Amino acid sequence: MDNAIATHPHEHAEHHEHVALPQHRHHFETEQQQREAGSFGMWLFLLTEIMFFGGMFFAYLLYRNWYNPAFVAASNQLNVKEGAINTVILIASGFFMALGVWAAEVRKQKLLVIFLVLTTIFGFAFLGVKADEYHEKYEKHHIPGASFDIREFVNPPIDAKTGQPDQKPMSPDMAQKTQLFFFLYFAMTGMHAFHMILGLGILFWLIWRANRGEFSAGYVAPIENFGLYWHFVDIVWLFLFPLLYLINRHPLK
Amino acid sequence: MSEHDQYHDPSNVINPEHAEHHVVQPITYIAVFGTLLLGTLITVLAADVDMGVFNPIIALGIASFKAVVVILFFMHVKWQSKLIKMTVGAGFFTFLVLITMTLSDYISRSWGLW
Repeated sequence: MDNAIATHPHEHAEHHEHVALPQHRHHFETEQQQREAGSFGMWLFLLTEIMFFGGMFFAYLLYRNWYNPAFVAASNQLNVKEGAINTVILIASGFFMALGVWAAEVRKQKLLVIFLVLTTIFGFAFLGVKADEYHEKYEKHHIPGASFDIREFVNPPIDAKTGQPDQKPMSPDMAQKTQLFFFLYFAMTGMHAFHMILGLGILFWLIWRANRGEFSAGYVAPIENFGLYWHFVDIVWLFLFPLLYLINRHPLK
Repeated sequence: MSEHDQYHDPSNVINPEHAEHHVVQPITYIAVFGTLLLGTLITVLAADVDMGVFNPIIALGIASFKAVVVILFFMHVKWQSKLIKMTVGAGFFTFLVLITMTLSDYISRSWGLW
């Protein structure tokens, strides 16, 4: 390097002090431009995610239309209470994520770490409730495959109060199609949970970095873009909850 | 070379499109949080009322409303540049096009045979 400077002395002379801030890399004109480019890229990624989950929602739409009685009966087997609680937990997680972006903007390092930790805790709470629901499906033989049991769809249990079956009995043929509902249930909630597990991993990394003060001196982009991802995962659940859990509640009354 | 100088534009004058940076305040987030919780409550209550074909329509309507609120406020799209607003809109629009075209294929496959 010494040699290079010696042969081009003016280069050395023109060199001026250049502080490369993480929020303003040298290939961007302004901080604003870098930030907008980052948001734009993140949104392009989220569009591919819309298409990814969209395909599964579409499969759901067609099969629900095709085998409606099976979807109604299978949906009524889901745990609405836990699903609703999980919706609230996830909304709370997203709320703290949004506050985290604010804390990074106003450069409050401690608050940022606290909000990110709260986001993580609610994320784990969601997965915990989800695991309990999956376990319930396992116990009731509602996991598609060899041990799937259609008995309670063909011969619904008798309600002690009314002396009537608690839902309309189905032909064995249609009852088999409940497997399709549960397959889509596991595929969609499973993919959603997988996104959350990835997100929680990233959150640990962000908390560690936030704790070192990396995001409380003007470099908000990683927090903001992760927030976009986390909110997107929230939105997917906002659709999954009514579509999977609340198809047709009123025949239960 | 002169062209290069023209594009060296630190104050972003030649790109006046960019949005003014806006820090969303916690009070906005609290309002959104309340709206989402209320929406969830209405969704659960509405599912127990027999409204025939309107049940799924209402459920999806509330879910879409909640999604729009999240996108506009939690995801800051309300304060973003037109480029990002267009990008988000284009994504959902493309998804709707795919749904519409596939569904019109699906319902017209055995037209008159059901």
